[in-house]
Amino acid sequence: MSNAITMVEAVNLALHSEMRRDESVVVLGEDIGVNGGVFRATVGLRDEFGMKRVMDTPLAETMIAGLSVGMATQGLKPVAEIQFMGFIFPTMEHLIGHAARMRHRTRGRLSCPLVVRVPYGGGIHAPEHHSESTEALFAHIPGLRVVIPSSPARAYGLLLAAMRNPDPVLFMEPKRIYRLNAQPVEDNGEALPLDSCYTLREGSDITLVSWGAMIKETLEAADQLEQQGVSCEVIDVVTLNPIDHNTILASVDKTGRCVIIHEAPKSGAVGAEIAATIAEKGLLSLQAPVARVTGYDTVMPYYRMEHHYMPGTADILEAITTTLEFS
Amino acid sequence: MDTVFQGEIHLRRYLSEQGQPEQRLPAWTDSPERLVRYYRNMVLARQLDYKIIALQRTGQIGTYASLLGSEAIDTVVGDLMADDDVLVPYYRNHALQILRGLPIDDVLGYWGGDERGSASVALGQDFPNAVPIATQSLHAAGVAAAFKVRGEKRVAVTLCGDGATSKGDFLEALNVAGAWQLPVVFIVNNNQWAISVPRSIQCGARTLAQKALGAGIRGEQVDGNDVIALHEAVSDALKHARDGKGATLIEAVSHRLSDHTTADDATRYRASEELKAAWEREPVKRLQTFLHQHGWWDERQEQAWIEEVGQMIQTSVDAYLAKPQQPVEHLIDYLYAELPSALEEQRERLIRNAQPGGNRHE
Repeated sequence: MSNAITMVEAVNLALHSEMRRDESVVVLGEDIGVNGGVFRATVGLRDEFGMKRVMDTPLAETMIAGLSVGMATQGLKPVAEIQFMGFIFPTMEHLIGHAARMRHRTRGRLSCPLVVRVPYGGGIHAPEHHSESTEALFAHIPGLRVVIPSSPARAYGLLLAAMRNPDPVLFMEPKRIYRLNAQPVEDNGEALPLDSCYTLREGSDITLVSWGAMIKETLEAADQLEQQGVSCEVIDVVTLNPIDHNTILASVDKTGRCVIIHEAPKSGAVGAEIAATIAEKGLLSLQAPVARVTGYDTVMPYYRMEHHYMPGTADILEAITTTLEFS
Repeated sequence: MDTVFQGEIHLRRYLSEQGQPEQRLPAWTDSPERLVRYYRNMVLARQLDYKIIALQRTGQIGTYASLLGSEAIDTVVGDLMADDDVLVPYYRNHALQILRGLPIDDVLGYWGGDERGSASVALGQDFPNAVPIATQSLHAAGVAAAFKVRGEKRVAVTLCGDGATSKGDFLEALNVAGAWQLPVVFIVNNNQWAISVPRSIQCGARTLAQKALGAGIRGEQVDGNDVIALHEAVSDALKHARDGKGATLIEAVSHRLSDHTTADDATRYRASEELKAAWEREPVKRLQTFLHQHGWWDERQEQAWIEEVGQMIQTSVDAYLAKPQQPVEHLIDYLYAELPSALEEQRERLIRNAQPGGNRHE
């Protein structure tokens, strides 16, 4: 039996595992070598794989992304770390303008199999610019996969999948649950599927759709309601681009009710895309309007008041109750 | 106070603006072969440029960025790079890409709105054109980093304009190339103009080459209209990189003899006297004068070569114009290695709309 490990340890385990298996995997970023990353996600890699494959870069995010594009076209598998989501914006020109379209614009002559790992989200009392959830900015981009795990086991299997994927992947790590809920993760080298939702719990009364750290509160809400005899189906979207709408639609077809939960601001978010698709293709199975539990359309507060921003279990319970009572 | 650093930037030039040697020439110029090859390739580039502009003016090709004035740079770099080096170009390097093996009809395809223009297998691992300014500098550094990781004696070569040196990408690329001693050559085609912005207000530094000093790499200025000086500078930089000694920044001083693109009108911002003076210094004429003086090229050869390249170009134009459109599903099929099921429905709609009677049928 494997020891119970946290999500950040599972990320570390996947990196070790894949770097042993595939010599073309290299890791780069700020403070990821000797220091092992500010969250220790890359700890031990430098000692085992050396400076050539584990590169402490100069402090320049655009450069990290641009360098990764160059390396990836050469057949290396760069796994770049951007230290916090608030610092990812300089990478966007390279991820959007180049990585996501390299295969397309060369008609398959070159490709860009890179992974950018980035911790994201609020709830850990971090400084300004450290707590954003801007996944929608990337999920909108054709050619760029956006993957978010919600447990140690899925972090391990999905990161392996991201590293083995022949196209660019933004791998967003919900840092609020980096060290919560350790679970046994076997280092079996088995990747999980991408482009697929994960049904974490089957139910018949209502469909709860979420991803990342909010899966924790979503499951808590489902647990509480189960005791009251309400059966919730819980779907972890996992790949925010491209989205596996079929799994969500099939669930809504069964339950007739849906609540979407995410930490990001409400407007123009991935939840809106999911709700729109349900309206397009699942309208007649709906017995209530699709509800959304989200952050507010405002700047992420500094840590003292971030709890006012973060959606909680009570918000989810309220939305579920309203949705169930709708008639 | 102690001086802790002192740097110098030198200008390399062998031929005067009138094509006369200004100093003792390198030994390789004692025989005509390479110089004549350079000349012929420059003429090809220029004739092609004239042809593409004519195609644009007659609606047979899209907006096009002319190469006039950069013939020497592209020709020399294309000649000196090894086959397995990697070129990371910007959008004004099609003469260089042709020397790297890109068929002319693919050049026409690219500017004619066909993605297949960047698909030619003849390009090997070379990058497609970078349109966003200076992003290619970092890609070249990444390619060079891959060479270094694998211990290969290959070099990444990247080009950009003078405007690109103002961008963070360019400076970040120089910086990491210095920090990691990467096998990369950065060539700035300083053609004096970034669309309408002149070099004088692009940057306050005396030279663009001196940006190398801040990154701890070699830097020099070279007359970008002098193939001999370019040959020496680029050869040295490639050798330096291949020997594992790191990167070089070459500022090749040239002059844009065209509008920025066919969508631009430089008479709005550039004095005609300046353009006239620039034509006195241009690279093709300069080498032609030198070759004439040595009896290595004459008017008869000139006419024969212009006729030959004219036919070659026309054959490519014919091939370009006759090329069937891509299947419409290619607009989606190359996005991912494997089409995600989420895209299947849109792919079907794309195909249906393109069919006769479909909403978006031509």
